[in-house]
Amino acid sequence: MSNNIRLKGGLNIPIQGEAALKTRASIQPDVVAIRPDDFKGLVPRLLVREGDKVLAGSPVLADKNCPEILITAPVSGTVAGVVRGDKRKLLAVLIQADAVQEYVDFGAKKADGLQAEQVREQLLKSGLWAAIIQRPYGILADPSVQPKAIFVSGFSTAPLAADPDYALGNEVEDIQAGVNALAKLSAGGVHLSLCADNYSGTAFHKIENVILHTFTGKHPAGNVGVQISHIAPIRKGETVWTVSLLMLAAIGRLFNTGKVNLARKVAVTGPVAKDPAYVDAFPGMPMKALSAFYDNSKGDIRFVSGDALTGRNAGENGFLGFFDNQVTLLHEGTERELLGWAKPFRFNQFSSSRAYFSWLCPKKKYAMDTNTHGGPRAFVVSDVYSKVLPMDIFPVYLIKACLAGDIEKMENFGIYEVLPEDLALCEYVDPSKNDIQAIIASGIDQMIKEMA
Amino acid sequence: MEENKNKPGLFEKGGKMGFLHSTVDAFDTFLRVPASVTRTGAHVRDAVDLKRVMILVVIALIPAALFGMWNVGYQHYLAIGESAGFWATFWYGFLKVLPLYIVSYAVGLFIEFAGAQIKGEEVNEGYLVSGFLIPLIMPVDVPLWMLAIAVAFAVLFGKEVFGGTGMNFLNPALLARAFLFFAYPSKMSGSDVWVSLGKDTAVDGFSGATPLGHLSEGMDGITAAGYDWLNLFTGTVPGSVGETSIIAILLGAVLLLWTGIASWKIMCSSILGALFVGWLGTAFGVTDVPAWMQLLMGGFAFGTVFMATDPVTSAQTETGKWIYGFLIGALCITVRLFNPGYAEGMMLAILLMNTFAPLIDYCVVSAAIRRKNKTVKTA
Repeated sequence: MSNNIRLKGGLNIPIQGEAALKTRASIQPDVVAIRPDDFKGLVPRLLVREGDKVLAGSPVLADKNCPEILITAPVSGTVAGVVRGDKRKLLAVLIQADAVQEYVDFGAKKADGLQAEQVREQLLKSGLWAAIIQRPYGILADPSVQPKAIFVSGFSTAPLAADPDYALGNEVEDIQAGVNALAKLSAGGVHLSLCADNYSGTAFHKIENVILHTFTGKHPAGNVGVQISHIAPIRKGETVWTVSLLMLAAIGRLFNTGKVNLARKVAVTGPVAKDPAYVDAFPGMPMKALSAFYDNSKGDIRFVSGDALTGRNAGENGFLGFFDNQVTLLHEGTERELLGWAKPFRFNQFSSSRAYFSWLCPKKKYAMDTNTHGGPRAFVVSDVYSKVLPMDIFPVYLIKACLAGDIEKMENFGIYEVLPEDLALCEYVDPSKNDIQAIIASGIDQMIKEMA
Repeated sequence: MEENKNKPGLFEKGGKMGFLHSTVDAFDTFLRVPASVTRTGAHVRDAVDLKRVMILVVIALIPAALFGMWNVGYQHYLAIGESAGFWATFWYGFLKVLPLYIVSYAVGLFIEFAGAQIKGEEVNEGYLVSGFLIPLIMPVDVPLWMLAIAVAFAVLFGKEVFGGTGMNFLNPALLARAFLFFAYPSKMSGSDVWVSLGKDTAVDGFSGATPLGHLSEGMDGITAAGYDWLNLFTGTVPGSVGETSIIAILLGAVLLLWTGIASWKIMCSSILGALFVGWLGTAFGVTDVPAWMQLLMGGFAFGTVFMATDPVTSAQTETGKWIYGFLIGALCITVRLFNPGYAEGMMLAILLMNTFAPLIDYCVVSAAIRRKNKTVKTA
């Protein structure tokens, strides 16, 4: 392939607990949560009350800033509760699912014959508009904007991520329908990026009506943000949208069947997961539904919705996120290793740095835990960050600009191009143990506030 | 500290001795990996931390330190015209250098701990390296009280006032040396300070001058003083404690480059810069000392490997590192060639480039941003 984009640097995290390519269980929805925090930029307005009946696809939340944007129920059932936190912040809407799922019928439509306006309307009223993420800033897409282009990453390089071919390989038709629909919304078309090494092996290379790109490289080559920066970097004033393959399949299903069906294969992974494999589940599924996969009698397991680098710490009583099709179970590393840093060898610890010897066993996988392996410090080492960030930006300068809250510098150093997830590896390798993703997130929040 | 959950432990924040939190924490985390787990962002983290990075730099310095101790003894017995066995030689040097280390670490760590205590932060391990470096770049007979003042000055004004390791813009170890050089020049230069005589008197004809002291006399002067490439390379010449042996420094360089802690770009470009100016010097007849000989003399090799590559005070951008290193090498040889009064240019070259490193980075980054913005306009 002539237009293959080869990314230098990056790092695949060798963590144990990859999900076997089999589906161990089908989790019947019981209590399902809708979390406003899954949608960055959403100012939620509650549309239901406790006891209300909802169908899969019934509106539950609306955005106060843009009331057309709805968040709909992933399952049919009864609203069982509304969870609020400090200052009455809406944390979750709980729905007790019915035994038999009923769907709102939005009417099957062939995207080919539709106008952009009709596609937009269908997505908005079904709640699947929220599946589109707008960059810069990674927020809910603005329906009044025509984006420069729409980007989809067709592979994932994140640690232990669900294998898209196993999880979504037999939904190519739905994905195709989703592509056809979204293509109407942008003059720049839909860009699909695939992994060059697995190009002919993946079912997704047959998808039409897209601009195909192939990438070679380690993580974060599968991050859509990194891909965009190599295809057409986002500049000030530009807007692009991104959709995950998972959400594209859901959108396609909406157009093919008229139903909002968010059922998905979820990879249950991580070093403390027992027989890691896939389950059939719904977004908002409680972590406790996975009890066959773990033994938390000591209370030392971290339940991450998403991958180990960018996921959300959901807790044992938490729920799977709207966008996630992976759960990572990690051991809380509160043990105190004696003379850890001073030992010449630490065979059970992985380091990308040659300061340790784990580079001698490139194939080994490690039972990583959540210990930080050191205390927070100022930035000292200067060249480790850009080695794991194949983008044309200066990561440390961007991070420092975010810390300083300097808008102009953040702009110059590329705040429009990144989301916290793109710098997750910088955070992973940082010997100074800074929370880089949180720093970037606060920089983005400041940009949203000041540029509005 | 698994004390009662409701009550802060004796040394924890809010506890009875809570004001000593930073100090206790420093020793505690020195012995055991902290129990802290990730709160936000990446849930798993790399095993490497600054303690590991710093200890590797210290390990890289050990060959130079050990050789330095032996050489102190060797120069001593050479000067007084006696011969001693290997262990006696080493022992003499060890006893001479050990007090330097004790003073360096005692004064420096005290200030670091006090600083962390006042700020309520964790003690940074950066001084482990600085404290190890300082005795190696001193003349062995430097009075201990001077060393103490220099260390205090360097840590306070080189580091703590800027916010500690990672925030400083001058290399603290070099700052300590520069402080002594300007405050007590008679103890830091000339030909009387480099060899420890103790109570003994030197034999007739002993000069004590370093190879650099003969640099202005050209190749003949250097050869007449008994220096050739071999003893410069092995390091059996007078000089600062750790700087003389190229072999020992190369051992350290291999470790630093292999682990990726020091930048090979800075080392390479520094050597290139030195060779370039050294070549200009011979080409224009300023000196007849070949450029490669310059690399073996004085503190050039030590500075290039251990000082110029300090990640905090060097240039941060990859392009900037090339420029920064090249200018260090070039400046060092320039000073050597044109300032016979003070032949050791490496210290000032590095300190000067330390102050210029942010400017170099600024130019590199601005150029990159301009280039990026230009491609947008044409696209």
